Amino acid sequence: MVVAERKPIKEILAMMADYKKILLVGCKGCVTVCCAGGTKEVGILASALRIAKKKEGKPFEVIEKTLERQCDPEYIEQVAPIVEGEGVEAILSMACSVGPQYLAKRYNVPVYPALNTTFIGGSLEHGVWAEFCQACGNCIIHYFGGICPIARCSKSLLNGPCGGSAGGKCEVSPEIDCAWHLIYERMKALGKLDELTKIFPIKDWSTSRDGGPRKVVREDMKL
Amino acid sequence: MHSESDTSPRILAFCCMYCAYAAADAAGSLRLSYSPSVEIVLVPCSGRVSILDILRALEHGADGVLVAGCEEGSCHFSTGNFRAKKRVEYVRKLLEEIGIEPERVQMHHVSASQGVRFREIVQKVTDEISRLGVINWNKKY
Repeated sequence: MVVAERKPIKEILAMMADYKKILLVGCKGCVTVCCAGGTKEVGILASALRIAKKKEGKPFEVIEKTLERQCDPEYIEQVAPIVEGEGVEAILSMACSVGPQYLAKRYNVPVYPALNTTFIGGSLEHGVWAEFCQACGNCIIHYFGGICPIARCSKSLLNGPCGGSAGGKCEVSPEIDCAWHLIYERMKALGKLDELTKIFPIKDWSTSRDGGPRKVVREDMKL
Repeated sequence: MHSESDTSPRILAFCCMYCAYAAADAAGSLRLSYSPSVEIVLVPCSGRVSILDILRALEHGADGVLVAGCEEGSCHFSTGNFRAKKRVEYVRKLLEEIGIEPERVQMHHVSASQGVRFREIVQKVTDEISRLGVINWNKKY
């Protein structure tokens, strides 16, 4: 899933400084799973903003709403009666960065992101999420025992560890596992160590962000 | 909510059924009196108290929130009080960023038979929050 985390409250308060009535909209997708922008987090942020504004002596109304997702126009449309009918001055979105962009395209009010979108990843334990994918556009994990050297190696190396690998950890941080250590152990367990002796060719990065903003089309799905 | 002339703090105390509420009951049985500033809310476990519960209490007029649970290691639901502790810490950090004194939200541990200790905790929290005063909502509106 896309993993995000809430911006510092001071930064959000600065964004909301000039407004008296806003719509705070959450998302039941990825950001609910990583506890950043779901219904619960919308409630918490709304309450925190009301308390902060009350302390400043400024009137402030927050309308709370959580959409199924904010990455489909059909869901974005659902808040039209609120945005266009209730005098909302700005929208604060608690989705990943796609959400605020969709809202900004549809509605003629300023839209602000309440979250910083960080990476594509999964959970390690309750409350901890780590990066597992960089969306390079050409998945090659099957060559590496199911471990992605692009996302999980700090240097995205494709042919073995660098000299900084020590004790199974990356030299960038002792909290980061050396991906190549993990790949080696996994391939050893699979009995496929000899495959690691083959040189993996230079990666074609044109499928990644390096080739510009990307698009995926399913012609059979188009109406 | 406070009236203009009211300067005594209002404190909401979330008390877990198995320990803190029982301790409050024990204090009552011992005819121990404590500050009327504190209003008790019964919860099955301090782990039931969410971040939003604490924030909403402050938003709607409480000057302080006490989360009272079992002693660490003795929670009836095993780890409920540990979860509560982390949530209280989260709220305290959030309040500090907003500009509200984090000391207004506190967690304390007490066991069911400790009526006297419950009274002491309530008095301590009431005294601290009284010193901080009623939350200074900038009443420009």
